[in-house]
Amino acid sequence: MTKEALQQLIGNWLPELEFTEEESQFLNIHVSPQNLHTLMSQLKSNPETQFDYLFCLSGVDWGEKLGIVYHLESTSKRHMVVVKVTTEDRDNPILDTVYDIWATAEFHEREVFDFFGIRFNNHPNLKRLFLTEDWVGYPLRKDYEDDVNMILY
Amino acid sequence: METEVVHTNFKSEEYFINMGPQHPATHGVLRLLLTIDGEIIKKVEPDLGYIHRSIEKMCERDSYQQIVHLTDRMDYLSANINNEAVCLAVENALQLEIPERVKVIRTIIGELTRISSHCLWWGVMGMDVGALTTYFYGFRDREMINDIMEETCGARLTMNYNVPGGLMLDIHPNFVKRVKDFIVHFKTKLPEYDRLLTGNVIFQKRTVGVGILSKEDAISFGASGPVGRASGYSCDVRKHHPYSAIDKVTFNEVLKTEGDTYARYLVRIQEMWESLSIVEQLIDNIPEGEHRVTTNAVIKLPKGEYFQKVETARGELGVYIISTGTKSPYRLKFRSPGFSNLSLLNHIAVGGKIGDLVATMATLDLVIPDIDR
Repeated sequence: MTKEALQQLIGNWLPELEFTEEESQFLNIHVSPQNLHTLMSQLKSNPETQFDYLFCLSGVDWGEKLGIVYHLESTSKRHMVVVKVTTEDRDNPILDTVYDIWATAEFHEREVFDFFGIRFNNHPNLKRLFLTEDWVGYPLRKDYEDDVNMILY
Repeated sequence: METEVVHTNFKSEEYFINMGPQHPATHGVLRLLLTIDGEIIKKVEPDLGYIHRSIEKMCERDSYQQIVHLTDRMDYLSANINNEAVCLAVENALQLEIPERVKVIRTIIGELTRISSHCLWWGVMGMDVGALTTYFYGFRDREMINDIMEETCGARLTMNYNVPGGLMLDIHPNFVKRVKDFIVHFKTKLPEYDRLLTGNVIFQKRTVGVGILSKEDAISFGASGPVGRASGYSCDVRKHHPYSAIDKVTFNEVLKTEGDTYARYLVRIQEMWESLSIVEQLIDNIPEGEHRVTTNAVIKLPKGEYFQKVETARGELGVYIISTGTKSPYRLKFRSPGFSNLSLLNHIAVGGKIGDLVATMATLDLVIPDIDR
């Protein structure tokens, strides 16, 4: 499906979705945290879209907000889409897990929790993945500071 | 007549053992926490981070030329292909016109890298299941590729041969001849690999029907590379999103449907033949021209987001760059193939024995620095 066709189809599901192509080769969908899980399960199960392959899940610190970028591809239809979700609560960011939709998200979400401190509802095993359990702070956040191991600019 | 003795005094109990971080079969500093009942595996939990260097954070500080140097410290066996991924992402963002010569050389070098990586994997795979000879055979043939790389760019492991805009140096005058010599040599050696290991009865008993991964699970767990293709999942980035000179050659995507350890083994062996054929098709047709186009000394990508995927020896490597228009990326994420492939280990190892886990791990072909970026 072309970007335009995808936008028209997905736009009918939820009225609040925002579509952009802001200097990117993919169609970007912005979704609110409340509707994230609904949209994601639709994207996977709808026979028109069939996004069964989550090939990249990245945490991003946008400054004011923390967010996650999901890169999705359909292995049968070979179209791609990007879903973005952000939360403004930097102290206690919580989002829904998509682990029940794509199994690969379990590890990727643990990585995001480890480096950005975003917690996931219903995640089966949410704990630090790379860093030790007693590590303080979330290193990939832009405001992270560490006296000893700081990567200097 | 013998009567069966029933031991009522003993209970079957689950307990933990550590595999790694210094276990030879984990191929690096990876620790697996195994929950076992007798010899049967109930759960595998990887413990990561022993060599995490925070490459993604370092990228937020470095210039785009410097980032290329960090990438071959991830999956060091696919160093050239990793370099290529970042270079392609930067070049696409700048909309640079890359000379045909560069594209062809990049593809040849990439396929040689794949053969070299698979040679090492084959040697280590044999060793993991108890055949020490394969280790020396694999390293013998890999040595020839390492020598070619050394002559071409001065390094044997971390090449840094690609730069944004092309190649650091032009190829050595001996390059074409040596690659042709290697093709002739390796074509006699690959059947030897089969005679030595593939048909071996003990090897087949260790691998056939072990660690089965279905196609649906492969897609759901984000498996890529030979791991996905052995489950019948067509996931070759070179086929679906061609880059460099891959669209100029014909090759088959190797697919198996069994999804077991033996299928993953066969896919990699067959892929070495395919890579040889790609190199053969290109080596006589390297176009003349520049080996590099000039870029600004300080590369600033236009504001926006860029994604580039390439097929490394392990699977799909993705480079996701968010640029705000400065000399360093705002955020750079590497989607590494090993990370996703490791996440399915628990799924396919449960119910098997510890020996099966070793064979399964060998065909996942994990490189730990690729997982601990």
